[in-house]
Amino acid sequence: MSVAQRGPRRRWTSRILPTYTAIVILYLMLPIFVMILFGFNDTTGRFNFTWQGFTLRHYRELFAIQDLTTALRNSLSIAALSTVFATILGTMIALAMGRYRFRGKSSVNMMMFMNIASPEVVLGASLLALFVTVNVSRGFLTILIAHVMFNIAYVAITVEARLAGFDNSLEEAAQDLGARPWTAFWKVIFPLIFPGVLAGALLAFALSIDDYVITSFVAGQTTTFPLWVFGASRLGIPPQVNVMGTLIFVGGAALAVGNLLWQRRMARAEVTARTAV
Amino acid sequence: MRKRLAPYLLIVPGGVWLALFFLVPLLVMLSVSTQTGNIEDGFSQTFHFQNYVDGIKQYAPQLLRSLEYGTIATLAALLIAYPMAYWIAFYGGRNKSTFLLLLLLPFFVSFVVRTLSWEFLLADQGIILGPLKDLGVLPNDFHVLATPFAVICGLTYNFLPFMALPLYVGLERLDRRVVEAAQDLYASKTEVFRKVILPLSMPGVLAGVMLTFIPASADFINASILGGPSTTMIGNIIQTLFLNNFDYPLASALGFVVMAVLLLAMFLYARRVGTDELKEFTT
Repeated sequence: MSVAQRGPRRRWTSRILPTYTAIVILYLMLPIFVMILFGFNDTTGRFNFTWQGFTLRHYRELFAIQDLTTALRNSLSIAALSTVFATILGTMIALAMGRYRFRGKSSVNMMMFMNIASPEVVLGASLLALFVTVNVSRGFLTILIAHVMFNIAYVAITVEARLAGFDNSLEEAAQDLGARPWTAFWKVIFPLIFPGVLAGALLAFALSIDDYVITSFVAGQTTTFPLWVFGASRLGIPPQVNVMGTLIFVGGAALAVGNLLWQRRMARAEVTARTAV
Repeated sequence: MRKRLAPYLLIVPGGVWLALFFLVPLLVMLSVSTQTGNIEDGFSQTFHFQNYVDGIKQYAPQLLRSLEYGTIATLAALLIAYPMAYWIAFYGGRNKSTFLLLLLLPFFVSFVVRTLSWEFLLADQGIILGPLKDLGVLPNDFHVLATPFAVICGLTYNFLPFMALPLYVGLERLDRRVVEAAQDLYASKTEVFRKVILPLSMPGVLAGVMLTFIPASADFINASILGGPSTTMIGNIIQTLFLNNFDYPLASALGFVVMAVLLLAMFLYARRVGTDELKEFTT
């Protein structure tokens, strides 16, 4: 009797948390659905608040608004360039932090921690204070400098996490077999940390293309996608913004899913290799 | 020799970048914060510490409001994220990384666009309030936008992933043998959670609280898109002073006040968590 009662009751309670998780994830997705949906809204001008019917017109006329197109192009170039720089610099820091003991290590850690913990408004304001003081005019280059600055620590931490538990003997083995340090790095270490480097680069790209706060301080007359959207928000957002947002979202999500699947395949291959041995 | 130099060669490029564009700017801002003058005639260093006093006096309400909104949003995010992080870490099984990816997906949509989406969702005649008003459930003049509630909702939403991820990492790393030991010793499910899992997940909670509280309290996008004149936060003030009023000294002083207050709050919280954990061990 008691067993018969317990069965279904248990099943009912064991569904609370998964259902809850699904609801929270839906809540996280809600504004994204709205953005994607209203990119297909058959509306004219900037009034994009009520559903008028389905259209692909805004996809065809994606680049109809000159300033917005320029802003998007700036955002993409800055994101691409800052990702490359920050990934190289951050990976180098991660290699030093993860594989060596040296004097000053804790200061470097402290600096990166401070960098991540500082409020964005302070990072942006202080950079502007520097640029004003040394009389540098603000524009594309100062935005790029700022984006590399706030991305380095994130890349370093992401790559370092991948280096944890890294087997140093692999590199030694390669060198014992006659590989030069440089060759040993590219052929042995780099493939192993590559998923971490890719994850760091993805994060850097996402943070860069998304940034409003710091960029708003150091942009001068240059606009980026978030700056343009924020500036236009009082007048109403044209549907092209939804379309661009959707395309960036789909691109980023596809890369992230690809990275995930690839890592899973690597992990499975590793397990198969181990069991074969 | 090569081996000893290697870490420094690896550190220097990125380290110099961070020093030049993160540490040096902070020092410059520190210096600017005690200057006097105006944008036309230029600023000069006069060690005018009065800027700090003026800033705090003038903007105390916004400063306190930011701390209040930041605290409420952080607590809300913690309450929303914890059960989910717990479930993914303990019952996510092979799909853990898929769930993590789902948590990260909002990051691929611009922060500004996400917040504007919420403005759309919460609009006075929008798709949530509109039908409720038509049905007569809500009075016609009911509104959510421009209230503290809207700003706090936006902050909670936007920083939820920053809370969820460290919570998940903390719970995931938790030694399962300790949980099993508690079960073997006949602890009930609630006791296992309250006496073992919850205290051991505190480092994750600390990291999540820090990553949420600091940016949420210093944010100004949510307040400017979802809020009104009565919900201005300290971030809005700093941005306006810097970019519209060109009052660099006062803005710099306020920037330091914000940073000091937020770091102090985090420090006090971290110490409290630390001593509570000690107490758990000794009793």
